[in-house]
Amino acid sequence: MIPLSWYLILAAGLFCIGFYGVLARRNAIAILMSIELMLNAVNINLVAFWRFLAPESISGQAFAVIVFAVAAAEVAVGLALVISIYRSRKTVIAEEINLMKW
Amino acid sequence: MTADLILFFGLAAVAIGAALGMLLSKNAVYSALFLILNFATVAVFFLLLGAPFIAMAQVAVYAGAIMVLFLFVIMLLGAEQLLTSHKSGWQRPIAILLTLVLLVESIYLIFGRGRLLSQVAPVASDYASPEAIGELLFSRYLLPFEVTSILLLVAMVGVIVLIKKPKANN
Repeated sequence: MIPLSWYLILAAGLFCIGFYGVLARRNAIAILMSIELMLNAVNINLVAFWRFLAPESISGQAFAVIVFAVAAAEVAVGLALVISIYRSRKTVIAEEINLMKW
Repeated sequence: MTADLILFFGLAAVAIGAALGMLLSKNAVYSALFLILNFATVAVFFLLLGAPFIAMAQVAVYAGAIMVLFLFVIMLLGAEQLLTSHKSGWQRPIAILLTLVLLVESIYLIFGRGRLLSQVAPVASDYASPEAIGELLFSRYLLPFEVTSILLLVAMVGVIVLIKKPKANN
């Protein structure tokens, strides 16, 4: 069996790639995709900890299911915001959405 | 044991490579397709961990519904070409620095604190079936489940309000 640490390292790597994407990408849709990657890495951690530390209860999988639902809601709202901004400002570049900038 | 190792490292390479491809490709459609590949490999990781229901939900919800939504919006807005000219170049080095700090810190914590846990209790093949998860969600986690349904409803109403075209008189 694969040790727990390797799953955690993999999840940390995916989370860091998503983190870099959120910080450095300019396209708002790409930023949302990077957030999805980070949520997915968190799910790997949840399921791995459930399997290695508390396999007698299925709670880890219930948490993962709730994370799925939250991710779906977050994507729907985020993409609706992107479409709404695109209608009024004709851009999806995050730097050009500076209506509230001081 | 060796088959497990080969499977794990192959899948990990595909997952990290797909994530990097998502990050580095200029075309947003290719980014979305790389992300679908990444989600599919993560679903196989869930199968390795003995969570078949989560794996199927991953394929159906993430790789299916969410990414179709992404592709739909990318093609609707015509946002597939990203601008390569970067006006403020100070963001990228800071982002690389912060990411490396986070990565090194988490690897240090995982290897420094945690013991190398490799023994797991064997479980029956029908353990953690969709039936058992459903029972758990509707008994012990009933309140979070209901709150999640309210969250989905609120998100749906919010999306409809956001997308609605403004009235002609204002």
